[in-house]
Amino acid sequence: MLTYILRRLGAGLLLLAVVTMVTFGIFYVVPKWAGRTTEQLATMYVGRAPTPEAIQATIDRLGLDKPVIVQFGEFVRGIFFGAEYQFGRDTIECSAPCFGYSFQTYQEVFPEIVSRLPVTFSLALGAGIIWLVGGIAVGVISAVWKGSLFDRIAMAIALAGVSLPIFFTGLLVLAFPVHAWGWFQTPRYVPLTQDPLGWAAGMFLPWLTLAFLHAAMYARQTRAGMLEVLGEDYIRTARAKGLSEHKVVLKHALRPTLTPIVTIFGLDLGLVLGGAVLTEQVFSLNGIGRYAVNAITQSDLPVILGVTLFGAFFIVLCNLIVDLIYPLIDPRVRVH
Amino acid sequence: MSESAPEPVVRVDDLRVAFPTLDGRIQAVDGLSFEVSAGGGLGIVGESGSGKSVTSLALMGLHRGSRADITGTIEVAGQDVNKLTDKQLRAMRGNDIAMVFQDPMQSLHPQYTIGDQLVEALRVHRPDVSRAEARKHAVEALDRVGIPFPGKRINSYPHEFSGGMRQRVVIAMGLMCDPKVLLADEPTTALDVTVQARILDLLDELRRDLGMALILVSHDLAVVAGSVDEVVVMRHGVAVERGDVRTVLSEPEHPYTRALLAAVPRVEVSRAQRRAQDRADRAERERGEQRAAGAATEEAPAQEEFAAFAPQEPEGEREVLLKASGVGQRFKVRGGLWGRSTDFWAVKGVSFDLYKGETLGIVGESGSGKSTLSRMVMRLLEPTEGRIEFEGEDITHIAERRMRPLRRDVQMVFQNPYSSLNPRVTVGDAIGTALRVQGERDTRKIKREVQELLDRVGLEPSHYNRFPHAFSGGQRQRIAIARALILKPKLIICDEPVSALDVSTQDQVLRLLSELQDDFGLTYIFVAHDLAVVRQVSDRVAVMRKGEVVELGDSDSIYEDPQSEYTRQLLNAAPVLDPDQARELRAERVRERAGEA
Repeated sequence: MLTYILRRLGAGLLLLAVVTMVTFGIFYVVPKWAGRTTEQLATMYVGRAPTPEAIQATIDRLGLDKPVIVQFGEFVRGIFFGAEYQFGRDTIECSAPCFGYSFQTYQEVFPEIVSRLPVTFSLALGAGIIWLVGGIAVGVISAVWKGSLFDRIAMAIALAGVSLPIFFTGLLVLAFPVHAWGWFQTPRYVPLTQDPLGWAAGMFLPWLTLAFLHAAMYARQTRAGMLEVLGEDYIRTARAKGLSEHKVVLKHALRPTLTPIVTIFGLDLGLVLGGAVLTEQVFSLNGIGRYAVNAITQSDLPVILGVTLFGAFFIVLCNLIVDLIYPLIDPRVRVH
Repeated sequence: MSESAPEPVVRVDDLRVAFPTLDGRIQAVDGLSFEVSAGGGLGIVGESGSGKSVTSLALMGLHRGSRADITGTIEVAGQDVNKLTDKQLRAMRGNDIAMVFQDPMQSLHPQYTIGDQLVEALRVHRPDVSRAEARKHAVEALDRVGIPFPGKRINSYPHEFSGGMRQRVVIAMGLMCDPKVLLADEPTTALDVTVQARILDLLDELRRDLGMALILVSHDLAVVAGSVDEVVVMRHGVAVERGDVRTVLSEPEHPYTRALLAAVPRVEVSRAQRRAQDRADRAERERGEQRAAGAATEEAPAQEEFAAFAPQEPEGEREVLLKASGVGQRFKVRGGLWGRSTDFWAVKGVSFDLYKGETLGIVGESGSGKSTLSRMVMRLLEPTEGRIEFEGEDITHIAERRMRPLRRDVQMVFQNPYSSLNPRVTVGDAIGTALRVQGERDTRKIKREVQELLDRVGLEPSHYNRFPHAFSGGQRQRIAIARALILKPKLIICDEPVSALDVSTQDQVLRLLSELQDDFGLTYIFVAHDLAVVRQVSDRVAVMRKGEVVELGDSDSIYEDPQSEYTRQLLNAAPVLDPDQARELRAERVRERAGEA
């Protein structure tokens, strides 16, 4: 078991290193291939007034004229030991772990991301629980009552859920239950530690909106998986033992159905933890996703790079967790 | 049944099961009646589609919730299954009647330990039994069915057991509530010969020791012969014959039973006898066709006794088509922290000569390396060591590009006719592609050749544009044979070509293979686990075990005078049709195992 964990951990770290390299390459190497000069590149980092002097200063400061390998080395060094940038006569310190420094907002990227984590975490975890439980429950009922009215309506709604984009459902939610009918207050983030009820009330609609999309996919997946498992021989064995139908479904059929679902849940949750861009934008929640959107509209490359790496980190982390709990769910992958 | 006889524990009277489908009602079982007395043994035999599995599911009430329309009476331990409420039915399942299924690899839940599954089987009917007591009971049941170290193995998961051991676990699960009837639906079909014998021996022993009634469902008359008192032969949902097992097997009344018995390959019939019989049948058939065409004017030769046919041994020096010397195949098995691999030799040090025009049978159980060996001969795998020569040319390590012209000469027929044909490719294309690959461009010529071949293997030329799903298993195997033949190969490797087929279909396909060998002068390597089938088609037989050939020689001498202990065990384990002989062999096996212990 220990070797399995170590191997998975090693693979995860290696993957992160590769992602860092590739992402860095996309932002610093590919533009050069596309014909951008170092000066043009520097213009994007320079801030508001791109005078020739300012551009030259930026090139010096960021070392944009140095070989890519050196730049990458410095970036990685910054993650572990921090970095310093010469800014005129001042020295800007970016303490470790330094994932870059935004020269548009004059802020370090890492603390900015960390300060937004609670919002994104609240959104992702709450929505994750709702879509996982809701999707699976609907899927199981649909599979057991295959062809029933419930099944047909649920699958029609699920189809809608998969097809409708969040900026549509989100706006719909804002337009009717919030503004037109006044059932809910406008969603906002209240720290959990301050006011747990307010936290849940404020996040409720964003959770539902984000969960709706995913729950739809999970319901369809669960239904399909469940129908397949219900046709397996060991389900017939369970029935032949004299087990009641709900035990057959909930104990014998559900567990094998969940195995693949856990895998996608890991991926999806990681993805959302890296920033639920649309949901955060629609509900004006100041999370990582929104931070990324703002950075993209302003071409703030260090921020984009930092957020991308963070997203990758969460996906790798969630996958690692899935890999580690997988043997608990399915004994066949246990190593001896 | 007379008044004095014990009350039957299972009584089926005029059972009819129908399934509504889009093409109308399908009557799966039509007016079936039988009785099994307490401690009795009944065999239900039939080919696929005969309704035997539908019947066994009906006995358990497992059609509930499906669209099956069931009428008639099914009484199990005095209760009518058709009239019980769902709850009463559940109380009966596993408690009064337990079921053992066909495929032990699939019939246990992969994610629970066998202990959990056994305990559950008991506690669902006896909720007052504590978990610890139930576990104790489970260990006893596992011990009863011959699982070694039951106290330890109870915590294992199904995938940690072999197929035979899993079937024992399923049987142990059936024993948990001391049922009055054990219903075994094809319990050994997926298992090796020796394992099959052990499971059948176990069922027989349990029936005798625990006084349980046994209903044994199988497609194979030889499997039930030694284990039951009474047998019901089913065909198209109807019981065509029912009676004492000895009477039915020795003096079958119904023509279908006779045909079924004739089709069962018998391990005691030699290659020469079988060939002679086939040729005589064929000559008879062709004469019949000629007579029907009004062309026969010459006097038909008197039909000889088939024993009088002498085996036709080719004269003088025989030509070697394929020569394998010291062939071995190593696979690396991954494991450990850095993916350190260990070696596993699937085949090791195998040597044989294959002569032109002969059939070499390769027989062995699963994991014996017989499929790996045939793949190396095909050069689908490159041997790790040793040397393979085809017509004098060393093909052990030659490049795929140079191998391609030789592919014409060596073709293969695979085991599963359902998965070895691409469902989206028409029969004509499936067969004709090989010609195209080998450079033939004339589409009309391809079509003509394919159609001739279809006719030759017993299909209609008009089947050219049909898709595989329109054909039965036997027909598909004919298509596969046509596909192998289209390039006029010298050698055809048949890897378990009939093991997925019904007995009567199997017989037809074997006959076809033998006719084609006569007509085209083919050489066969015939890989199979069924000893009787191998004997009837092979001139020489190689017995494989754990990657090595334990015995190689003339098939009759191997079967009549086996030299190796393993071959002897295999032959003892092969099911036989004579109930008395089957019981003798069983007694011998039991003695042997007692001796080992």
